Amino acid sequence: MNNLLILPILIPLLTAIVLMMLSKYVNAQRVLSAVSTVATIAASIVLIRKVSVNGIQTLNLSNWEAPFGITLVSDMLSALLVTTTSIITFVVILYSFKSIGRDRERFYYYPVVQFLLVGVNGAFTTGDIFNLFVFFEVMLMSSYVLLVLGGTKGQLRESIKYILVNIISSALFVITVAYLYSVVGTLNMADISMKISEVEQPAILTVIAILFLLVFGLKGAIFPLYFWLPGSYFAPPTPILALFGALLTKVGVYSIMRTYTLFFYHDTGYTHQILSVLAIITIVMGCIGALAYWDVKKIIIYNIIIAVGVILFGVSVMTPGSLEGSVYYIIHDMIIKSALFLLVGVMAFIVGTSDLKKMGGLIKDYPWLGWTFFVAALSLAGIPPLSGFIGKLLIVRGSFEGEAYVGAGIILASSLAVLYSVLKIFLNGIWGKPKEYKVTSKGNVNYLWFTSAILVGLAVCYGFGADVIRPLISQAAEVLVDPNIYIQAVLKE
Amino acid sequence: MEILMAIVIGFLFMSAVYLMLSKSLLRIIIGTGLLSHGAHLLILSVSGLKDKAAAPLLGEHAKDYVDPLPQALILTAIVISFGVTAFFLVLAYRAYQELGTDNVDQMRGTEGNE
Repeated sequence: MNNLLILPILIPLLTAIVLMMLSKYVNAQRVLSAVSTVATIAASIVLIRKVSVNGIQTLNLSNWEAPFGITLVSDMLSALLVTTTSIITFVVILYSFKSIGRDRERFYYYPVVQFLLVGVNGAFTTGDIFNLFVFFEVMLMSSYVLLVLGGTKGQLRESIKYILVNIISSALFVITVAYLYSVVGTLNMADISMKISEVEQPAILTVIAILFLLVFGLKGAIFPLYFWLPGSYFAPPTPILALFGALLTKVGVYSIMRTYTLFFYHDTGYTHQILSVLAIITIVMGCIGALAYWDVKKIIIYNIIIAVGVILFGVSVMTPGSLEGSVYYIIHDMIIKSALFLLVGVMAFIVGTSDLKKMGGLIKDYPWLGWTFFVAALSLAGIPPLSGFIGKLLIVRGSFEGEAYVGAGIILASSLAVLYSVLKIFLNGIWGKPKEYKVTSKGNVNYLWFTSAILVGLAVCYGFGADVIRPLISQAAEVLVDPNIYIQAVLKE
Repeated sequence: MEILMAIVIGFLFMSAVYLMLSKSLLRIIIGTGLLSHGAHLLILSVSGLKDKAAAPLLGEHAKDYVDPLPQALILTAIVISFGVTAFFLVLAYRAYQELGTDNVDQMRGTEGNE
């Protein structure tokens, strides 16, 4: 059944429409959104199986031949990302039951989360550059609503900035697509790639490549364009923050991966050099932020920026090893970031603030929470058997092969900064002298801990089961290394 | 014709950037409006502005039609920017009610971090 690859978009879309009619019945909304997200996960896992057996899956919508209609393309990279996205959304929905609060739940919280899932899954699956823009907007529009939902002062203030930045980047996206269309005369990504290799990327296409870097860099928070992220991500409540931190920037990173491996691989000396320099500075800036703050949310937020830098550095080196490492790392990072945000959310829930200086000694009352956080922290830093290790190892090895020694050194050094920043949370918040905090119901805390532990468990499995998953990752990286596989799958020559 | 359009679009972008760098929230929103006008005009002009081509309606039975694709793209982009602008305007209204100012300079301060 070839319609399989539209299911991860269609199921949440239909669910969202149904959920909008049930806005008064919170329990029905909870059950329905959880059940449908499980269905989305199931569909995407079947999709992974299908892609691993039969190769890249494509679907020409309403039977229009490839360059003329919209084509959905599911290669292994997008199938893996779609699955990861759906799993994270499922866990976040479970977490929301006890943390987001009735008021938000009654005002269309669950439908908007489903729309966000539509946007992200669609952006990962589409094979058309303008359709990518539309799915970006679906995702962004839901993120605006999620960011401002509740209407506290901080949220209103940060939403204004976030929306303004994204309006500008969307306008830039439209402009860039217009330029690209005027040069190549097509919108289908495989066809664009073919046309670009026919004209061998003249200078104007290099300009367009840099414009794409600006557009997706604004979404994915790379060095000079990440200024909006720390404030905006600080405003919303924990589950929304976990969704944003895990998914939104990664869509930007994925789009850079796609465009820079599928379109603009002819003049890597210029474009990829810039990407690599920006990635390195992104890592450094993220490290500075992560070390500077004494706020648990801010520390993890700056860790997002570091991870974006690491992944993009792997992309910029363009050796098979580093690309494989990037694929490994992006999935690891999505899982572990959402897990960490949920865990620090539990900590902030217990203490009543996210200020690290007001926390302390949580291990006495909540030992399981403490140790789960410890595992997640080590996993984030990339301690060997855990999930962050293999990705970073492959990226570093790949960059040594590509003779990018400076970047590799900085990635290794950044791991230290990452480890220090999360252990700072561990040593001060979970260890240390117990401080006074308002007693909250332990049942709630245990529930929230349990849901976040699902993701940590998943991250641990991802680390230990690296061998099992390796063939899938290699298959995903293959397409990035050789764009012809992608083109042939779509245009079927 | 395309050159004239390029200059006009350039002016639109210039005014948009200027307005978006100002302090009043409403001026910023007007800037985003101009920015999207510029972007939409740009899509229309990059595919070429033919002088003697018919509107893309098959009933016209013309020899030459204008490129229909950019028109579809613009239509999509217009409704999207409508949606976003409507949301932004209401958000600005709410923010004015809650925060009591429309000056973005005074919308500083992120509680919770030093």
